[in-house]
Amino acid sequence: MIHQALFFIFAAICVAGALNLLLQKHPISSALSLIVVMGSLALLYLLLGAQFVAAIQIIVYAGAIMVLFVFVIMLLNAGIEEHTEGSRIAVYFGVPAVAALVGMVLYVLLKTSHIEYQVQLGGFVKPTRDVAMLLFREYLLPFEVTSVLILIAIMGAVVLARREP
Amino acid sequence: MADNQLAPYLPILMQLLIAAGIGTGMIVLSAILGQRKYSRMKMQAYECGMTPTGDAQHRFSVKFYLVAMLFILFDVEAIFLIPWAVVYRDLLKIPGAGLFGFWEMMVYIGIVLVGFFYVWKKGVLDWNTPELSEGPNE
Amino acid sequence: MMTNELQYLSILPELILTIFGMLIMVLDPLMADRASRKPMGWLAFVGTLAALGATFYQGTHPVAGTAFFGMVRTDAFSIFFHVVVIVIAALAILSSLDYLETQGIRSGEYYGLILLGTVGMGLLSSAMELVMLFIALEISSISTYILAGYRRRVAASAESSIKYFLLGSFATAFFLYGVALIYGATGSTNITAISQALHNNHISSLTYLALVLMFVGMGFKVAVTPFHVWTPDVYEGAPAPVVALMSTGPKAAAFALMLRVLFGSFGELSQWWLPLIWISAALSMTIGNVGALLQNNVKRMLAYSSIAHAGYLLVAFAAGQDMGIAAAIFYTATYAAMNVGAFAVVSHFASRGERYVSIDDYAGLGRRSPVLAITLTIFMLSLIGIPLTGGFFAKFYVFSAALKSNLVWLTIIGLVNSAIAAYYYLRLIVVMYMKEGDDSVTLVPVPVATAAALLIAAGLTIYLGVMPGGVLGYALLGAQDLMR
Repeated sequence: MIHQALFFIFAAICVAGALNLLLQKHPISSALSLIVVMGSLALLYLLLGAQFVAAIQIIVYAGAIMVLFVFVIMLLNAGIEEHTEGSRIAVYFGVPAVAALVGMVLYVLLKTSHIEYQVQLGGFVKPTRDVAMLLFREYLLPFEVTSVLILIAIMGAVVLARREP
Repeated sequence: MADNQLAPYLPILMQLLIAAGIGTGMIVLSAILGQRKYSRMKMQAYECGMTPTGDAQHRFSVKFYLVAMLFILFDVEAIFLIPWAVVYRDLLKIPGAGLFGFWEMMVYIGIVLVGFFYVWKKGVLDWNTPELSEGPNE
Repeated sequence: MMTNELQYLSILPELILTIFGMLIMVLDPLMADRASRKPMGWLAFVGTLAALGATFYQGTHPVAGTAFFGMVRTDAFSIFFHVVVIVIAALAILSSLDYLETQGIRSGEYYGLILLGTVGMGLLSSAMELVMLFIALEISSISTYILAGYRRRVAASAESSIKYFLLGSFATAFFLYGVALIYGATGSTNITAISQALHNNHISSLTYLALVLMFVGMGFKVAVTPFHVWTPDVYEGAPAPVVALMSTGPKAAAFALMLRVLFGSFGELSQWWLPLIWISAALSMTIGNVGALLQNNVKRMLAYSSIAHAGYLLVAFAAGQDMGIAAAIFYTATYAAMNVGAFAVVSHFASRGERYVSIDDYAGLGRRSPVLAITLTIFMLSLIGIPLTGGFFAKFYVFSAALKSNLVWLTIIGLVNSAIAAYYYLRLIVVMYMKEGDDSVTLVPVPVATAAALLIAAGLTIYLGVMPGGVLGYALLGAQDLMR
């Protein structure tokens, strides 16, 4: 019961934060709303019992990635957004397409009341130990390969930010 | 059962609620109770001290971005050390695996260390090199 | 379960590529800032050769099977695609060596990114687990996003990189959402386990949604209509050798992913996804070819042509069965050979700052540089699908597989499109030979590395057009391994 109440509260905060992110005109305000989104997402993960993921969400996303966002906004010195008229294609095709997608996802999710591998709120509590055992046994190769991804990201950051000789 | 497992997080939730309550309470209360008297002096950034000039927002050096970016990448690496440390003893106990549990993390760290060597030698961590651009219109 | 040593053999090409990529990361910062980065390029080339050797080793030794807890599987399918993407990377590196000098780009990371990106492309063809596939997809995509922005002084290049990155991440998010839903529906992310679950259990509507979302993500990566809109702008702005790479390498790998997911996991639902493929194939061919007719920029023309070719490939998907899959696999290899070659010519001809990229610039090339003109002609003829070139057999196998599966209308649409396509490819040939060019277009002699790349690409194109049997036979083996 309390789980459900908490879920709906934080889900509402999450959606509100995401909407605010889109509606705010100043990039910094958007970035700050993103923290709300990240934080409430972490709580949702926790409610689903994914403690480790919740902790990572706070440390990496709400911490490190937000700092990066704010730095980039300051780097670009981005002020209040300028708005264009908006493209016609976006209005006539984009909006219906988004509506159709959201409608389809909602319909399917609501229709599938019972699925084989359902998760109960608060019932999927996996200790970090279990996650770690998976990560270093079955998912060892994907884990090791993420290091290649990190190397690529390092090179990309340095290359794209370097002064052209 | 499920309640018990999340019970340790209850204090955090309470602290969250208290913090949010105090924060909003302060703003709401001061908006209701506070007096508002505006004067020229009061609207300045510093009531006493220098008169501010220019814009508070100016372009940051791209170095900040680079450092933040590299921080994230090595942060991700460090995050992986936590689950590894948690199960390290269990990994060594797996029959026939030997020191595999040790080496799998060493390989990972080794690969990422190459990235560290790279940024070091490229001078990204050196704040004084003119190698990196300071942003186009500074 | 294999013994430990054999496990490493199953990712040997990736290991070698990673080691060479890391070597470049160590050596590049030690070089003087102003020094040419050609040695790094040659080192990377050696790396691709070593990886190619490792792949052949896999092919000739009994390493086939799954490894790393069922994460990767080495079979004819994975080996075929490994050879394709590694050869593409090698040719892209060869055609970049002098291109980067001409453009004044001194960066060893360029080659490092190609090598590490190839790791992702290779894994895309061998991974048997959606989590692994996702990471591999990210590796191959992110390295390409960065490479697309390498012409730092050119606004179009930055635009290309950002557009590719934003839309690409969006598409990957769709794919990931699909992966999450399929895990919810079947309780697994393993390709074979999903297929078994779909076979044994009741299929929930979640599965269909997951399939659609994954199709959106993969459709973007291979640039088929309606997810093709980014292609012309991205190809126009990115450096020409990078376009050679990204229009073939990540694309071939994404097709491998698509084959793996559609036939490996969702084979049970083929009646259901067939219409999606059908529509997408028909639209891609038509929009790609009509779009290409209107272009005057060679890179944009080839971008639209790549959309059309992705459409032909989807026809093979729609045909299905061993023959259709083999045709699709064969097509990726042929398309890679001819398109890398075409872009290698474009990269060389473009000259400093990529000044000469319009079709009119090619006027008189037949007289001024007969060898370059002949090579480009071979690639264009192959792209049309003229006999004696690989393009002919690629199209032939695709359409005969389609007819065998009674896809008469799709075959007709495909053939009509091939006829339309002949117009714009021939236009370039006509301009080269029939039109007098003015000599203001500077022409530099072809450097050794570029010549080697052109020779290999042209050789492969003609080889596939004269003796397609061996490669097709191996593609058929790959198709059988995929369906196993």
